[in-house]
Amino acid sequence: MSKLLEVKDLSIAFDTYGGEVQAVRGVTFDLDEKETLAIVGESGSGKSVTAQSLMRLVPMPPGKFAGGSIVFNEEDLVEKSDKQMEGIRGKDISMIFQDPMTSLNPTMPIGKQISEGLIKHQNMSKKAAHNRGIELLKLVGIPNPERRIDQYPHEYSGGMRQRAMIAIALACNPKILIADEPTTALDVTIQAQILDLMRDVQEETGTAIILITHDLGVVANAANRVAVMYGGKIVETGNVNEIFYNPKHPYTWGLLSSMPKIDGDDEELLAIPGSPPDLADPPKGCPFAARCPYAMKVCENHMPEYTHLSETQQTACWLLDERAPDVEAPESAMVGGTKVHE
Amino acid sequence: MNSIEEKEKLLEIKDLKKHFKLSRKQTLKAVDGISFDIYKGETFGLVGESGCGKSTAGRTIMRLYEATEGEVDFNGDNVHAKKSAKELKSFNRNMQMIFQDPYASLNPRMTVKDIIAEGIDIHGLASSKDDRLNKVHALLEIVGLNKEHGNRYPHEFSGGQRQRIGIARALAVSPQFIVADEPISALDVSIQAQVVNIMKRLQKERELTYLFIAHDLSMVKHISDRVGVMYLGKMAEVATSDDLYAEPLHPYTQALLSAVPISDPEVERTRERIIIEGDVPSPVSPPSGCRFRTRCPHAMDICANVSPEWQEHKKDHWVACHLYNE
Repeated sequence: MSKLLEVKDLSIAFDTYGGEVQAVRGVTFDLDEKETLAIVGESGSGKSVTAQSLMRLVPMPPGKFAGGSIVFNEEDLVEKSDKQMEGIRGKDISMIFQDPMTSLNPTMPIGKQISEGLIKHQNMSKKAAHNRGIELLKLVGIPNPERRIDQYPHEYSGGMRQRAMIAIALACNPKILIADEPTTALDVTIQAQILDLMRDVQEETGTAIILITHDLGVVANAANRVAVMYGGKIVETGNVNEIFYNPKHPYTWGLLSSMPKIDGDDEELLAIPGSPPDLADPPKGCPFAARCPYAMKVCENHMPEYTHLSETQQTACWLLDERAPDVEAPESAMVGGTKVHE
Repeated sequence: MNSIEEKEKLLEIKDLKKHFKLSRKQTLKAVDGISFDIYKGETFGLVGESGCGKSTAGRTIMRLYEATEGEVDFNGDNVHAKKSAKELKSFNRNMQMIFQDPYASLNPRMTVKDIIAEGIDIHGLASSKDDRLNKVHALLEIVGLNKEHGNRYPHEFSGGQRQRIGIARALAVSPQFIVADEPISALDVSIQAQVVNIMKRLQKERELTYLFIAHDLSMVKHISDRVGVMYLGKMAEVATSDDLYAEPLHPYTQALLSAVPISDPEVERTRERIIIEGDVPSPVSPPSGCRFRTRCPHAMDICANVSPEWQEHKKDHWVACHLYNE
């Protein structure tokens, strides 16, 4: 399958009063057509900055590209001018945000916010854009779209606003949809509706999705592939089965262990001690070393290379070096008990 | 676990109501007649979606809000009865709260030491300055912080650390009962587990009773002995947490549990999900009869007219649903 998007060695830094914060430190991944790639990590891991940079939405300054490339359609988005980006944003790549209340324009009817892109990118007439807007609202499951299209965001409920935002993002049939924590602000029953909707929409339109989230349940539900970020780096990537059933990075183990199992019993949760690194003064070696129960001397000073465990799975950890001691994943990180992954 | 009969009731909540007047014509019935007991030493989990009244219930139980109707008995003593300032003070000492937002709930202009000692000062629990400081240092250690942290200000701490400070503050007056209102929702997964483990350890050591309010059902299951599910100001179901998750009776509980994504891709691919349509109706004008009927897959004619009775369907398993009427 051809690669839709290739991100190579991307680094992004921010100038702050406290010095330079290196939010993203050499991230490499790619995206296939029609797939869903989940980027998971904690707050401050750099997942949202990575996502925003794909649309060139990182404010510069204070932000800046410190290296790397984002290749889409054989062109490097890092090199594009703002004007050129305007022709890509909303047309080829679009985005839905975490908080639908603050990311919709409160002074504009929903219909107008949908037609904006259609009129700009597809030279549609106002009337045609309006009709397409009704179709889109129907697609995302908003009842009474003919009436709803003229309403303002405050007249919508939280779940409906998120649906409307998906409709806006899909208006021009983008090739890539970036969803930054799309369900975090929603209640579980509404979250289930939105995840279902995103799956249906993907089947219908064939758009590839980059899903940014911290919820491993959402990842298991929606993703084909997963990239685990920590301290501005991708520490492990693989397809969804590899990450859940055969994880190799201690941070992935920690994440899986600290989730309570809904069908499990109430033994103590395995918490990861300590807190994430300060990226104004990033650690020289592996960013997880300070919290890693298996950390060795080498981890502190040298960032491990990626070990290719399969065609899809790569892990950056010194434990996978041949000189390292054998360490098994703790039992608490075993998803689904004794399930063996082929 | 001891059977429930042997357990002593710490709190009895009887038909508690809290209404807010929005205007002359509109009343928001945030909590509209809930009844349940909380036993000594247990964790009672209260779950529901935003706007269901779970936080209002927690605050009304603590008398942060005056109840509109109904009673809360704490050790057999009505919390909402008329109280002298002295009585109120001793009552406040026994009930403490941990808040959701660790950024907004600590005074940014006070040192951590003074934040934690505020309760000690109010209730006169320290005999001298040294005693006060020793108490604070002991509390800091209990929640896994250092003595030196006492001289710093809240902004110097991360979210997880701040939540520990909030726990230390609640513990300072040695309460019997703690209301924890979404104490971990604002924290990252790896930090959530740290805070939950501290809370569980303290409960064992100090025989604390918790009312744990949350919307994360898997975490509630993990920490709670019994769980109550609220919907639009009413209690839908109360049961032991094992019972509730193994055999949910109320259609809303069933839908809620089925909506939680499980971190196991194989399970996610194969399981049948009950997806309920629509949104939660406005609590200002809730549906007649059963409040869940507008989204319920099993709604019958009776549901629109008659509000279902709160009944014990099996031992220790309470539900309000017409499906379980004889």
